[in-house]
Amino acid sequence: MTIEVKNLVKKFGSFAALDGVDLKVNDGELLALLGPSGSGKTTLLRIIAGLDWPDSGEVSFNGEDALAQGARERHVGFVFQHYALFRHMTVFENVAFGLRVQPRAIRKDEATIRARVKELLDLVQLDWLADRYPSQLSGGQRQRIALARALAIEPRILLLDEPFGALDAKVRKELRKWLRSLHHEIHVTSIFVTHDQEEALEVANRVVVMDKGRIEQIGSPGDVYDNPATAFVHGFIGESIVLPIEIGDGAIRLGDRQLNLAAEGLAPGASKLFVRRHDMLVGPPGSGAFEGAVQHVRNFGPVQRAEVALSGGETIEIDAPRDKELRAGDTIGLNPRRYRIFAG
Amino acid sequence: MTMQIADSVSLSSPDPKARAHAAAARDNLRTEPRAVRIVIISLAVLFLSVFVVLPLVVVFAQAFSRGILAYFAALSEPEALAAIKLTLIVAAISVGLNLVFGLVAAWAISKFEFPGKTFLITLIDLPFSVSPVISGLVFVLLFGAQGYFGSWLREHDIQILFAVPGIALATTFVTFPFVARALIPLMQEQGTQEEEAAISLGASGLQTFFRVTLPNIKWGVLYGVLLCNARAMGEFGAVSVVSGHIRGETNTMPLLVEILYNEYQFVAAFAIASLLAMLALITLIAKTVLERHLDEGEEASDH
Repeated sequence: MTIEVKNLVKKFGSFAALDGVDLKVNDGELLALLGPSGSGKTTLLRIIAGLDWPDSGEVSFNGEDALAQGARERHVGFVFQHYALFRHMTVFENVAFGLRVQPRAIRKDEATIRARVKELLDLVQLDWLADRYPSQLSGGQRQRIALARALAIEPRILLLDEPFGALDAKVRKELRKWLRSLHHEIHVTSIFVTHDQEEALEVANRVVVMDKGRIEQIGSPGDVYDNPATAFVHGFIGESIVLPIEIGDGAIRLGDRQLNLAAEGLAPGASKLFVRRHDMLVGPPGSGAFEGAVQHVRNFGPVQRAEVALSGGETIEIDAPRDKELRAGDTIGLNPRRYRIFAG
Repeated sequence: MTMQIADSVSLSSPDPKARAHAAAARDNLRTEPRAVRIVIISLAVLFLSVFVVLPLVVVFAQAFSRGILAYFAALSEPEALAAIKLTLIVAAISVGLNLVFGLVAAWAISKFEFPGKTFLITLIDLPFSVSPVISGLVFVLLFGAQGYFGSWLREHDIQILFAVPGIALATTFVTFPFVARALIPLMQEQGTQEEEAAISLGASGLQTFFRVTLPNIKWGVLYGVLLCNARAMGEFGAVSVVSGHIRGETNTMPLLVEILYNEYQFVAAFAIASLLAMLALITLIAKTVLERHLDEGEEASDH
């Protein structure tokens, strides 16, 4: 099932939750909608599900107009952040719900329903919880049951709204891996919303980065990390050093210091230079684009994190390999292995 | 309560020093001197005895003052039986109507956003803030002989005032807020996600209501119905205005109690009153049970 969204606009009062969104989701893809809260990602997901309606724009499934159908007809599996399990039903009845409410003409008989529910509970590895109530389950278990319930209707599309947002870090990591292998197994076109970049980059085939109701970039996880299209994406994904620079007379300046970086093809004026922390290479003084004095060094994990006061007035944090020990008071040269400059 | 705590402390620590220590620690937790505590507790007990327990005792004492036979004789008077029957009919009608109205109103208010919502919530509370006598008078103004619809009703030979429809209408009006008030906070807290989940799983509106919404609020519904029923059976002011006090026809139990009392038929008056008092006691017990269920429901959804 392919999904196509064209020029979608949704306003809540004067706030534009979606401000002209275009998106094409390929068949069998696992797509992540990534963005800060208020970026419109959940609104987009709810409109695709039929739980919200756009002010203008188009949504189509396999070329068919989806907005002509209500949520009930769209045959979309939806997984909520807070599970939304039916609290007065057992796990078994929760999963069976979608099968039991089918119109009489196509409803399966009881034995078929039971077999299907059993199969789904096996799929999410929770068949032993069938007779429990949702309140007796852990968060991770509840979300897996919610997923089994959504899959029961053999949805054409699976939509997950911050599915792991309410879970603790460890369970979240487990479920991430599990969701990816599950998708590998059942291959239904899926979109999941998250504000956690690690989650998006680790699980999805493609990532859609959103901000303020607009799509900033669409690309593979590697793409959005290595080649961010906008300043927002660079700042939002991965840890970045951001330096305010001035471009003019064929040179780049940081404060009163001219940087030893090529300025060809760049528009003159105030700009921002983005570098990943681990892309700042440490060398002897005078060897690089920047120069600075080491203020603090913290040694942990695979890298040493140093706070460096640049001549030019800014203080930055860099991640350097641990083979060459840095010490507070050292003067060092810094050269960005790769960097991006965005106007503004 | 305090005695129990003291007992368990002394039992678990047989060493007298430890016991004294525990007692001192316990006393340190309170700031009020012993004398003040005794005075406050005595006042509370005295107040409850005089204003709650004593009246109840008096009602039953008076009802049985001429013996149990006189009690049942008073209750089996045709007039008493008619009043009991009318009260049950009126309560059934008004509770039934308010169950439907209350459910619909609570559902609309808690699950949807629409202009005028705050106004509607205020309107639901109106019967609580208006004196029941005024509520009754409104119906006299509308349906009385000189009222707005009076002549039309007379032409079509429809009797509303001084008959069951008027009493039921007035009672329904006065008891309207109970079901809606019990449900609105409950349904607002539960939100709309379960309903959204049901619809996305292919359930129709009716299936969603009967399979998801209603089971989630069933204890709240019972709670509202219980309070609504208690008030409907006990309502005096509004009913008094619209009933016309036709003996054996339009007297409800509370009205009959007043009439009998004014006629110095104390045993009969208090016999009927004892039924209302028993209704109150049963209501209280049922209310406690329902509140426990409601709390459990909340705890379950807290995880």
